[in-house]
Amino acid sequence: MKWVTREHCHVDRTACAWLIRRFIDPEAEFLFVTDPSQLPADATPFDITGHRFSHHDGASTFEVLVRHYGLDVPGLEAMGRVIHEADIEDERYDAPEAPGLDAVIRGLGAMLADPELLAATGPLYDGLLGYLAARE
Amino acid sequence: MVTQLREWVLLQHRLPREPSAPRIALWRAIRRLGALLLADGLVALPASARTIEHFEWLAAGIEEQGGTASVWVASPTSGTTTARLIEQARAATDDEYRAVMRDAVAGDLTPAERRRLVRRLRAELRRIGSRDYFGAATGRAARAHVEELAGMGEAVTA
Repeated sequence: MKWVTREHCHVDRTACAWLIRRFIDPEAEFLFVTDPSQLPADATPFDITGHRFSHHDGASTFEVLVRHYGLDVPGLEAMGRVIHEADIEDERYDAPEAPGLDAVIRGLGAMLADPELLAATGPLYDGLLGYLAARE
Repeated sequence: MVTQLREWVLLQHRLPREPSAPRIALWRAIRRLGALLLADGLVALPASARTIEHFEWLAAGIEEQGGTASVWVASPTSGTTTARLIEQARAATDDEYRAVMRDAVAGDLTPAERRRLVRRLRAELRRIGSRDYFGAATGRAARAHVEELAGMGEAVTA
């Protein structure tokens, strides 16, 4: 399946792409657009305002996806809280991992194009999930 | 004085008067970001990928709540306006840093109380730092105060 999001991904979009490939659609193919009003018809949009998979009721797109697909995976809810704080920074949750994650992804984002950024951040999110699951 | 014309991101917002919860949430979000109030329903931040994204999501949330919002990137035609905005932002942040400095006093705190105070003030400095877009002058002094307070414990426990 094709999925589409805005270009120049940061924490929420890279985490969503990881989540989609890992738990929702292993064959996922990702497209990136400059203008979110010009979306390809055959792709599912995520982290784009006005669409189902975006921020809702103050939740990040990552949390919306986890809830929509009913993903019951150890560590995943805690990970949603980290992504939320790294992305929205509204102190809804206590997530001390968030500022560090934000810094690393921001740094990688400045060095890499979106497809390479997704490849580089995948193992980071695997590691974060493993860490949070072990803590539960 | 800064007279260079820089880019700002503006959020124009209007929410129904009732219910009040979304209005309060929006007001808190605007404050947390350190946005400058230009007029009723119009706030500004220096434009960056991060600030533009924050405003875009706030705008989407406002529309979701039945309000109207728009996000603009603009620069004032006069350097005086820019300088005034920057001064306004610096003054607000300076006040926050000064409050931290006032709190960063060991007094007759026990070592455990002092460690808790240091933790709270470091978190507060991080919050202020995230909205200190123009490097308010008192930031360095406030951080030094808190680190001095943190360092006092080492002599005791070493």
